[in-house]
Amino acid sequence: MKRLCLILFVLLPLLISTGFAQNITIGMTVSKTGSMNVDSLEQYRGFELWRDQVNAAGGIKAGGKSYKIQFVSYDDESNVKRVQQLYSRMINEGNADFLFSPYSSSLTATAAIVTEQYGKIMLTTGAAEGKTYTLGNHFLFQMFAPGAEYLKGVLDMLKAKDPKATVAFVYEDASFSNSVVDPAKAYAQQIGMNAVFSERYAPNTTDFSALIDKVIASKATVLMGGGHYADGSTLAKQLYEHKVPLKMITLLVAPDSDKWTELGEAAAGVIVPSQWEPQTAFKAQYGPSGADFAKAYTAKYNSPPSYESAGGYASGLVLQRAIEQAGGTDTAKVADALNKTDITTFYGRTKFSTAAADHGLQVGHTMVLAQWQKDKSGKLLKQVVWPLAGKSANLVYPIH
Amino acid sequence: MSGIVASMIDGVLIGAVYGLAAMGLSLIWGVMDVINLTHGAVIVLGMFGMYLLFAAFPVNAYLLLLPVIAVGLVLGLIIYWTSVHWVIDRPQLASLLSTFAVNMIIIGIGTAVWSTSPYNVNFTLRGITIGAYTFTGNHIAAAVGAVVIALALELFLNRTRQGKAIRAVADNREAAELMGISSTMVLALAFAIGIALATASGALVSTLFPFTILSGATYQMKSFVVTVLAGLGKPLGALVAGILLGLLEGAVTPFIAVSWIPLIEFGLFVVVLVAFPKGLFARSTA
Repeated sequence: MKRLCLILFVLLPLLISTGFAQNITIGMTVSKTGSMNVDSLEQYRGFELWRDQVNAAGGIKAGGKSYKIQFVSYDDESNVKRVQQLYSRMINEGNADFLFSPYSSSLTATAAIVTEQYGKIMLTTGAAEGKTYTLGNHFLFQMFAPGAEYLKGVLDMLKAKDPKATVAFVYEDASFSNSVVDPAKAYAQQIGMNAVFSERYAPNTTDFSALIDKVIASKATVLMGGGHYADGSTLAKQLYEHKVPLKMITLLVAPDSDKWTELGEAAAGVIVPSQWEPQTAFKAQYGPSGADFAKAYTAKYNSPPSYESAGGYASGLVLQRAIEQAGGTDTAKVADALNKTDITTFYGRTKFSTAAADHGLQVGHTMVLAQWQKDKSGKLLKQVVWPLAGKSANLVYPIH
Repeated sequence: MSGIVASMIDGVLIGAVYGLAAMGLSLIWGVMDVINLTHGAVIVLGMFGMYLLFAAFPVNAYLLLLPVIAVGLVLGLIIYWTSVHWVIDRPQLASLLSTFAVNMIIIGIGTAVWSTSPYNVNFTLRGITIGAYTFTGNHIAAAVGAVVIALALELFLNRTRQGKAIRAVADNREAAELMGISSTMVLALAFAIGIALATASGALVSTLFPFTILSGATYQMKSFVVTVLAGLGKPLGALVAGILLGLLEGAVTPFIAVSWIPLIEFGLFVVVLVAFPKGLFARSTA
């Protein structure tokens, strides 16, 4: 009898851990510190809200089982080297079943090397650079519309509004902004827009005086560029302080954050290419409506969701659906379900390329343009101004 | 106004602030033979000092420089007595490591308190517009503030008993002690003034650009370049070298990509080290 008790005592925890527990572990790094801090945190909140809502509803139901979601997550310090170490650690020591990407194209490109080596599925969000998907990856799936799409709409809108505008491209020398602006320059030329100035600046630049003097000298009437929150907000503030006579300013990423209003007058009129805005009313085939998502997010975090937050939540939804379709957590089956995904959620359409040349690239999602405008009381609000079919307000042009 | 002239004026305005930042490093290095690696972290503390004071007392931000300098003096004395005094007579590596450790402690505590998110001092002075170019009021005020502080330091070093004692200790510590000067007190005072200058420059920078707890590294590197250009222990020379560096940056940026500027800066750094090892102002400035 004693021997039987001893055997049960030893084996019971093992049985519990292997046979009965139904947890899915998802790993991701978050830039709790460093230059990506603002955007990364918003993305993480999207992941977190999805996890909490799914767990509150009893978990993911697949193959007759219910799976609760748990996260294993570390601070990557916005540092590429940390990302490489931490994704290995989450897979080997954290036993992550699936992974979400860090925030930003450069960190994600590094994380993807590790996840592919281990044959782990990673849904990437907050990472628009398309190049990563041309490297023969099999388990990488992109939620954001690729970088080449970011400024196309702005240039089309500008061509329609002011075909004689002269454009200056001033952008961060980083993989994401390069992947956005380089194709935009080619597209501007293709549609006959006049690009009069183009220059990159180092990440973490805080003094834009020299670049602003060059923009003024170039006589550009429109500026496009930026990179991420820290540099983009600084550039906008200094453009305003130097009273640069621009008719339109479009910056990447930064103006999407709710913190943008802290810039006061410098925030007004600035346009941001956005992966999602609360006003974009997609009819969700799966998951909550945009209004429900925004309401739950605002209630939990006391600030409205950015498109990084929406991308984070939508990554969870798409993975959840793939696990349901696969009937479990088997990597090959879930990857197969992701390859077949063609779904519209509150975030818009999601479909991944299955071509060998760019497997995993997002081919279903489309972008909108949002502009910070003042309402009658002078309060700054983000309005969708493009595409015209989905606009919530008319474009303000010129802004000065 | 042409773009080049505008760029050079912008360069001079920011160069004066770089010069002030370097003055603190130069004074400590020259007087004590200590390479103060807390310099960048202390500059950032000056930024946060201004941020917190401005949040509490939203008056003209430049009036808040005086309390920032006062806090800087106290901070300098604390750092001196806790981590520099005990290693000052040991090989230079000891003080280098000691100040580096303090630097890491400040950044660690700062990260825990303020995270690495960017902060702004939301204070704007009306600028001056000439043609298409506007020189912001904050840049002009920061440059004027830097020059005034630099001249005040120069007066202090040359016209006051304590200032002369600092110069005497810098020239020959043993001889100064034989003349009845307490070198320990003088070294503590010099270190405190160096730290106060760094916090003052940080406070001025905070009115120009956003900053994080990690922003100090950039200004520390600039300070090293300026200090080497000026020569060690020549605070006023550091101000002039800072302005010259800014002028040079302003003059070349219209013709090259801005990302090449660090290459030019550090190229100049090496050239001056080789050709003028005692700095550009070795003879002209005491």
